[in-house]
Amino acid sequence: MSPWRIVFLKEVRENLRDKRVMFSTFVLGTLMGPVLFAGLIGLMISVTLERGEKPLELPVAGAQHAPNLIAFLKNRGVQIEDAPADAEAAIRKRDKDVILRIPPEYAQQWRDGRAATLELVVDRSQQKAEQTVSRAERLINEYAGQTAALRLIVRGVSPSVVQPVLIADVDQSTPQSRGGLLLAMLPYLLILTVFAGGSYLATDATAGERERQSLEPLLINPVSRGQIMGGKLIATFTFAVASLAISLIAFSLSMPLLPVEKIGMVVKLGPLECALLFLIVAPLGLIGAGLLTSVSAFAKGFREAQTYNTLLIILPAIPSMLMALNPVKPADWMYTVPLLSHQLLIEQTVRGESLVAWQVAASIGATLAIGIVIAMIAARLYHREHLAISA
Amino acid sequence: MLELIDLRKTFGAVKAVDGVSFSARDGEITGLLGPNGAGKTTTLRMLYTLMKPETGHIRVDGVDITENPDAVRRKLGVLPDARGLYKRLTARENIEYFGRLHGLDEATLKLRTDGLIKALGIEDIASRRTEGFSNGQRVKTAIARALVHDPRNVLLDEPTNGLDVMATRTLRKFMLQLRAEGRCVLFSSHIMQEVAALCDRIVVIAQGRVVAEGTADELRAQAGEANLEDAFVKIIGTEEGLAL
Repeated sequence: MSPWRIVFLKEVRENLRDKRVMFSTFVLGTLMGPVLFAGLIGLMISVTLERGEKPLELPVAGAQHAPNLIAFLKNRGVQIEDAPADAEAAIRKRDKDVILRIPPEYAQQWRDGRAATLELVVDRSQQKAEQTVSRAERLINEYAGQTAALRLIVRGVSPSVVQPVLIADVDQSTPQSRGGLLLAMLPYLLILTVFAGGSYLATDATAGERERQSLEPLLINPVSRGQIMGGKLIATFTFAVASLAISLIAFSLSMPLLPVEKIGMVVKLGPLECALLFLIVAPLGLIGAGLLTSVSAFAKGFREAQTYNTLLIILPAIPSMLMALNPVKPADWMYTVPLLSHQLLIEQTVRGESLVAWQVAASIGATLAIGIVIAMIAARLYHREHLAISA
Repeated sequence: MLELIDLRKTFGAVKAVDGVSFSARDGEITGLLGPNGAGKTTTLRMLYTLMKPETGHIRVDGVDITENPDAVRRKLGVLPDARGLYKRLTARENIEYFGRLHGLDEATLKLRTDGLIKALGIEDIASRRTEGFSNGQRVKTAIARALVHDPRNVLLDEPTNGLDVMATRTLRKFMLQLRAEGRCVLFSSHIMQEVAALCDRIVVIAQGRVVAEGTADELRAQAGEANLEDAFVKIIGTEEGLAL
């Protein structure tokens, strides 16, 4: 058996026996993404559905001043309630989302044909209330529009005179692409999983060995350091890819359970898409394993390696964050850049867009090539004399 | 057979090893005695190919270490200063791991592992994970691991460091057994009694240099002292860093 395989098998066996590694790699690391994701989406769906379907409850103060308006609102299914005595306090305390106040002079203004003032007591910093407030505003504006149109018709003027421009919304998003919007987080989660999956093993197998004083005896064996490093690197890669696979399986099982179609979205994340995503993301594991091993060989101690490697896990998230803040138009060269190409390909896959073969091949090829270069750097670091010296 | 010729190694401005030459013969126990910080560990590290000497040559059974380091490593069994075990593997698995890296086939591996476990008296802990082992159990496992490929030359860096009396006695007996098998045993120590009791030849090292070399009688004669411990102190020039 070649030496790297002996090292590989030992690292795998030893780490499979470590409950902490197993938990952090295969439970926490892989399942947190899907669970978090399902939870967030589920919450989003239930909030959207609830707000949209529930009749609007509108507390009104001074309803007697505007009986027509109240009748209109009731006609539209609004449940009119009595407003609390101190409207401002009720809003500040978040007891109510919105309160409509009709001042006593409203009726007089209305009769005089002046703009009659209504007050909506709201707190604009309350995201939760946003939808209720805008529903109330929409209904009142509708009432105003109707009345205006009636007044014009009475005077023999067509209402379209005062509406010179009409906007018609021609939405080009498909149900899948709206789902993709929801799934903007997914590339980040998957890339993170493949880096985090190998992190513990990489730190343990190099910096940990040195700290526990077993690296020096290991390196005295008649085996090249490249082989020893190779075995450890491949073990790291294996753990990274395994945690990616588990994560994707969890995604493919949990996504169909979410009623995303109820809010007009289709999320493509079945077995086929997951297999495709695995093929796209797995090569990143090599870059991750190489970087983690290099850092562990470079660091002076276990703690230092752990600190650097934790920071390193955040690194692949940077393109995802930039893309989320400032979406770019995909250009051909981007498919040869690891992380960037992964971001694009993952998004395209879950949006249900068909992938271009050369783009996938370019991403995989470039990622593997860079991964091999980084692995060679790790091997060089392993050859440094003081690597083995524990004390 | 180990031959070390004019070795030098500096770390920054510190001359850790400054022209060390000596040899160790088969069927003998050679002791490398010196106070802490005298350059014993660095000398051994160059000998077992972990560090490159700046000048000088080392030959193991006639093979130069710079020409064929892997061949030299096969001829050496080393208990380094760092002797960490894999705590989630059993003692036996620790030993087998190194045996496989030496390229032993499974039948030979089992034979050697069983033999060493018996010779070192660690049958009762062989199938236990090494986490929680006592110091003595750890050192014995590390020695078994170092000797699994049946090397002609055995290097032990301060093997009895931190051991209790029982474990120390077992270990000394084991070293005598290695000598009886015709192996070349080189061990370093800063404990004078231990060196006096075990060694056929003694190399005294201080401040990176060999200050005396020979049998116990030769050293006593050289120093003009009847007592070997007095002779050591006189040769080295200080008691600092030594232990009885």
